[in-house]
Amino acid sequence: MKIMVGIKRVVDFNVRIRVKSDGSGVETEGVKMSINPFDEIALEQALRIREAGQADEVIVVSVGGNECQQQLRTGLAMGADRAIQVDTTENLQPLTIARAFLKLVEKEQPGLVILGKQAIDNDNSQTGQMLATLWGRPQATFASGLELNGNTATVIREVDAGLETIEVDLPAVITVDLRLNEPRFVKLPDIMKAKRKPLDVIPMAELGVSSENDLQFTHHAPPPVREKGIMVEDVAQLVAELKNRGLV
Amino acid sequence: MNEAATEREVMEYDVIIVGAGPAGLACAIRLKQLKKDLMVAVIEKSAEVGAHILSGAVIEPGPLDELLPGWRDNPPPVCIPVEADEISLLTATSKYKLPTPPQQKNHGNFIVSLGALCAWLAPQAEDLGVDIFPGYAASGIHYLPDGAVGGVIIGDMGVDRQGQPKDTYMQGIEIHAPLTLLAEGCRGHLSKQLISKFDLDAESDPQSYGIGIKELWQLAPGKSKPGFVQHSIGWPLDNNTYGGSFIYHLDNDRVAVGFVCALDYSDPEFSPFEAFQQFKHHPSVKPLFEGGEILSGGARALIEGGAQSLPKVEMPGALLIGDAAGLLNLPKIKGTHQAIRSGMLAAVHIADKGKGEGFDSVLRASPIMKELHKVRNIRPGFNKGLWRGLLTAAIETITAGKLPRTLHNHADYSSLIKIADMKPLERQWVKRDLAPRDRLASVYFSATDHDEDQLVHLQILEPDICITRCGDEYGHPCTRFCPADVYEMVEDNKSAAGIRLQINAANCVHCKTCDIKDPYQIINWVTPEGGSGPNYQNL
Repeated sequence: MKIMVGIKRVVDFNVRIRVKSDGSGVETEGVKMSINPFDEIALEQALRIREAGQADEVIVVSVGGNECQQQLRTGLAMGADRAIQVDTTENLQPLTIARAFLKLVEKEQPGLVILGKQAIDNDNSQTGQMLATLWGRPQATFASGLELNGNTATVIREVDAGLETIEVDLPAVITVDLRLNEPRFVKLPDIMKAKRKPLDVIPMAELGVSSENDLQFTHHAPPPVREKGIMVEDVAQLVAELKNRGLV
Repeated sequence: MNEAATEREVMEYDVIIVGAGPAGLACAIRLKQLKKDLMVAVIEKSAEVGAHILSGAVIEPGPLDELLPGWRDNPPPVCIPVEADEISLLTATSKYKLPTPPQQKNHGNFIVSLGALCAWLAPQAEDLGVDIFPGYAASGIHYLPDGAVGGVIIGDMGVDRQGQPKDTYMQGIEIHAPLTLLAEGCRGHLSKQLISKFDLDAESDPQSYGIGIKELWQLAPGKSKPGFVQHSIGWPLDNNTYGGSFIYHLDNDRVAVGFVCALDYSDPEFSPFEAFQQFKHHPSVKPLFEGGEILSGGARALIEGGAQSLPKVEMPGALLIGDAAGLLNLPKIKGTHQAIRSGMLAAVHIADKGKGEGFDSVLRASPIMKELHKVRNIRPGFNKGLWRGLLTAAIETITAGKLPRTLHNHADYSSLIKIADMKPLERQWVKRDLAPRDRLASVYFSATDHDEDQLVHLQILEPDICITRCGDEYGHPCTRFCPADVYEMVEDNKSAAGIRLQINAANCVHCKTCDIKDPYQIINWVTPEGGSGPNYQNL
């Protein structure tokens, strides 16, 4: 069985996000970029399944410009067998990404697609669900536990009420949550090995996916800055200040 | 060699370079330019190249022209030609412009972010075939049976606070090479071990250091004058403390602002971080920052000993280059050009001779050393205070360092005066309101990240001294000299003294000040898990 894992290049979680002064987007110049942390968890899970003998190949895929090859190489260094970059410089929406993934799924015929539950940049949480629908296969989202039993998978989902255990038929799309696993460190010699692993580049146009954007960004703005507080001496002054401002 | 070490996986290279700073990367690039087939690896403890680099920085472009002709057509992201220089003397309330000393005339130089410059150099090195491994800490030296350096040991990952392996445990590998180049920058922890093991400083003065604290600001529109380079001496430092400020005006309404204090200051109550923040509140400075926003910040020790403190830079199997050796030119307040030149010089020597032996004399006969020799007496001249220092600086500058004398450096850790002997100082420090509020707020702007569940990488060799002797004699100066609030004395009912030292290792910005300044030399800085530490952007 093949497992396909989606990887997105995002601004690293340690970076303080800054909106560009002209409001056209988020500052990425000189900013550290990483694999979306949920996607790293997805890849870790795929590797564990392969290492348990339940899959024979792990393919990492990403949609983006040449810069996302850096993240695909990291995925290969973690242990993926090969990588596919769908080459585009456009800023795409989840529906287009799901359509592109569907084309790859049709080509590669994986038994399982594992994705992060969302990307930490736009927080959409849509690509996995859309892919499952377009593909006409089951989906199990927000997975914090995953077990394969032949033709089915048992998935523990993190939902508002607690944990929910479901069983899905394979092939399926599974999106993973934070507590599923802790991704491995990359071994230094594996970085060298990753340089020799295959990385196919497919132009977006070749997939026959239309990339018209139904959604347009008009403006980006940072949240309003909280006004500076004052230190009050005692309760009496606190009450007086609150009254002064018409708050009590 | 212990048993665990023999089981480690091994990679082999011709040359290993520890540290992807200007010296290491310049050396790697030059090596591959001269000898395409040489296998060169660069190990870097920060998650990305440049993320642990912090410098002013105004650089002399000459060595870069030599390394990469044509770089000006493809400059690094932050690179602004210097338009004007200004140096001032500050008192608590006033500012007096001084004539610019010849060493500090910056016409033809560039204001850069050294971190961004290194991040820009790295892919150029990789294009030449250099293997760069960011996110891996060279935590130990691999010694050959005859005692020579045979490579480095990469730190284990996934080890918990007690030293036990976690689920993610990964044993670090060894990288072997006939030649290891230490390019760790100021007070590199492997360089420190090697200088001591091979007695490399037997014939040199004690090394002397400074701490530099820097912030990048987005100013209110129109306030920055791109290419303007400002320096100051004087307030908030007293006359016995050597140091000063810089404000470098970048493009897009940004400025780099920073403060450097020599670490031979004598007042145990002194806080370099507070001095920096006070400087920003000087009446001539504060208006620049009002209405602006801090973008990032951090701190790094710098090496100031110069010619007379330069240790021997070669040992069996290894060389020191850049500020791991200590080549910064203090009167110029520049080290990058020296670092790049020393990296290139080492590369040429290695490519030519096929070995490191002889590099020490090559370096000492080079223009790098000539430059240091000329200014050797300026910094120690300030050991007798600001005014006598300025006088010495003037004399040494006029005579171009040709006077037959060499003033000496002293060890920074020995310079603190005991609290009981301190005369109270009138600092005229003001109440602050510009960001960052305090050191913890400042750490936030360095984007520092360490997994909390790992071994504490600040080793206290004799913890009892902290509570007893240090408390009595110096009042725990670690709680003040650390710019990241790593050291804290907290109440502890279980200890006899009622207090204990708490080390907030996760805040550490890897500046190395504690390792240098602690008066008993009982703090040992070692590498945390690779990829940990600050994530500086454009510093």
